[in-house]
Amino acid sequence: MPTDSTGSHIIRMVLESHFLVIRQFCCYTRALRSENKVTVSFINRDGEKVTVKGSPGDSLLDVVIEQDLDIDGFGACEGTLACSTCHLIFDEDVFNQLGPITDEEMDMLDLAYGLTDTSRLGCQVCLTKSLEGITVRVPESVADMRESDFGTTSSSS
Amino acid sequence: MNTSRVFGFKTMKTLLTNRSRATITSGLRRLACTPSSCPRVCIVGGGPAGFYTAQHLLKAHPAMQVDIYERLPIPFGLVRFGVAPDHPEVKNVINTFTQTAQHERCCFHGNVTVGKDVSVEELKQAYHAVVLSYGAEGNRLLGVPGENLSGVYSAKDFVGWYNGLPCNKDLCPDLSHETAVILGQGNVALDVARILLSPLDILTKTDITQPSLEALAASRVRRVLIVGRRGPLQVAFTIKELREMVNLAGTRPDMVPADFKGIAEVLKDLPRPRKRLTELMMKAVREAPSGEGSTSRQWGFRFLRSPVEVLPTPDLTQTAGIRLGINRLEGSGDGARAVATGETEDIECGMVISSIGYQSLPIDPAVPFDPHKAIIPNAVGRVLKTSGLYCSGWVKRGPTGVIATTMNDSFDTARVLIQDIETGILDISTAKPGSQTVTPLLQKRGVNPVSFSDWEKIDAEEMKRGSVVGKPREKLLDVTEMLKTVHS
Ligand SMILES: Cc1cc2nc3c(=O)[nH]c(=O)nc-3n(C[C@H](O)[C@H](O)[C@H](O)COP(=O)(O)OP(=O)(O)OC[C@H]3O[C@@H](n4cnc5c(N)ncnc54)[C@H](O)[C@@H]3O)c2cc1C
Ligand SMILES: NC(=O)c1ccc[n+]([C@@H]2O[C@H](COP(=O)([O-])OP(=O)(O)OC[C@H]3O[C@@H](n4cnc5c(N)ncnc54)[C@H](OP(=O)(O)O)[C@@H]3O)[C@@H](O)[C@H]2O)c1
Ligand code: FES
Repeated sequence: MPTDSTGSHIIRMVLESHFLVIRQFCCYTRALRSENKVTVSFINRDGEKVTVKGSPGDSLLDVVIEQDLDIDGFGACEGTLACSTCHLIFDEDVFNQLGPITDEEMDMLDLAYGLTDTSRLGCQVCLTKSLEGITVRVPESVADMRESDFGTTSSSS
Repeated sequence: MNTSRVFGFKTMKTLLTNRSRATITSGLRRLACTPSSCPRVCIVGGGPAGFYTAQHLLKAHPAMQVDIYERLPIPFGLVRFGVAPDHPEVKNVINTFTQTAQHERCCFHGNVTVGKDVSVEELKQAYHAVVLSYGAEGNRLLGVPGENLSGVYSAKDFVGWYNGLPCNKDLCPDLSHETAVILGQGNVALDVARILLSPLDILTKTDITQPSLEALAASRVRRVLIVGRRGPLQVAFTIKELREMVNLAGTRPDMVPADFKGIAEVLKDLPRPRKRLTELMMKAVREAPSGEGSTSRQWGFRFLRSPVEVLPTPDLTQTAGIRLGINRLEGSGDGARAVATGETEDIECGMVISSIGYQSLPIDPAVPFDPHKAIIPNAVGRVLKTSGLYCSGWVKRGPTGVIATTMNDSFDTARVLIQDIETGILDISTAKPGSQTVTPLLQKRGVNPVSFSDWEKIDAEEMKRGSVVGKPREKLLDVTEMLKTVHS
């Protein structure tokens, strides 16, 4: 990344401290309500772990958006079961707690990169108090899955 | 149709808040930007590939300026002109594209055909890098006799017709015969089959064009056969689209049970997506025809059949049927090959729609093009044997993959471009003028670019016309009319 000139550094510092104030304020108000919140950790593609809180009833897509988590391309269809970019991988015990998957979710999941047996679509999984402390993993976008929708190229006649 | 939860409002609200924050930051940064730290990149094509590449470039480099040049006065490519009208949720990506287009450091220039109105060489002069994201404007040909008979259409044109692509507005497909044959078993084939057979009350609530709605209302097509050259285990469509066919009101499947002989035995060894897809197909085969009897419309798959000839009517002008060569499979799984047995079979039909794939075309002699693969030859988006040229989307990979696939490969291209700036492979030490020189050049040539706010006028007009008839929008079908709306 090229280095910014001094001017933009100063501007950025001013801005960042400004946001810091906002963020501290948000943390404060959040703390007041935190007894109703559920803590969730996301492990991003680069392995970085981010821990945030969400409200029961919110989907994991809501959490990603509200907390402004930087996950490239997450939730392209805005939670309407039409894209599979909100694919998340769960620990097996957590996955088993999540309840049944609809055929429609399975259909979109089948198109997700790096599908596992404990995969779900984040826009279809809603937080409950019993999910307190869970960790979910954002799958890598596997290059060789991109050849076609089924991950292979076809032959001709 | 869809049992999902819709998070429209909450999601949009938060996205917008995040966006305005990004805009403030980027706007301030720009003030301090010196020419050497201001890379200027232009993108050719305003479809998903163009917008996702732009999105990532803008995010990854705090001073990046991006111009998008698009052939039509309308952005979004196949999201508007490909994605089926009864799939509005897929079009939600337009919200993100709109944010990108409205980004401080991004500018949309519609109504500019690169390769005709301005050359790639001229763009290279004006920008540090040019990203080619112009999709696939052509289609693969069947290469069989009779392909040019009236009654034979490419799926690309048929889709363009019902979705309001200006160049397809006068297609007037002949829907007066009972049987239509679709060649190819991909998702586009299923889109076309669904549109041909959907009850009208579903379509009237979509943004399908008024002329095609009227034509479909008068359609006599009752039976659609979707023909593949390989077997049930090699179909290219995906399960969501198959399920929509299975659940399509007023229709029933018309399959050949013998085609599925031996399939049940191999199911257990298939990967989950292929297994579930095949099971759903077999369920459709097993299930008794719905009670509506002969009044219902039918759809079905025919396997191991390659087109050999489109058969003409006695006066040699119209389509009367299709001759299919019967194949057998060599090998198994996704890689199985269809081999002709030499036997043929004729199907009577008044309409043939060829849905065997789109195809990218070369747009400028300055850009290398692989005529065999019909893509721009590239390594992770860097155009081979050139400098300052990149590509993303269908023109980079070939015409397959859903929007999410296109998104990932566009992010890859953007990453590579940023990496090239960092390592110095892409030289940004001299300032480039960008659209400052391109816009006057275009005006001198009589081309008037359409800005993103111009498009918003068209958008508003379309939604206004749509609300009158209870549709989300009534698309303008003519470039002249679009330009008139912009300048009114
Ligand atoms: C019929 C159909 C239905 C589909 N439905 C779905 C779906 O439901 N869900 C899904 O996920 N995916 C769907 N897809 C796939 C999806 O549309 C593609 O993955 C995606 O659009 C490819 O993006 P692109 O930007 O490479 O190409 P395009 O979307 O084709 O965009 C290319 C753009 O470049 C412009 N252009 C062309 N030539 C020039 C030029 N010379 N100068 C300037 N501009 C130029 C074009 O006008 C166009 O706007 C569908 C595809 C088709 C064909
Ligand atoms: N709802 C959606 O998500 C949606 C909707 C529409 C499109 N799309 C996507 O857009 C992409 C393009 O779709 P598409 O349907 O155009 O392409 P596709 O998925 O590649 O399907 C092409 C079909 O044509 C056949 N074919 C190719 N060449 C042929 C030939 N010479 N003779 C006979 N048959 C031939 C293929 O068979 P072989 O397998 O034997 O080659 C295949 O069945 C796909 O990735 C698709 O998923 C998605
Ligand atoms: S956000 Fe598209 S499927 Fe979940």
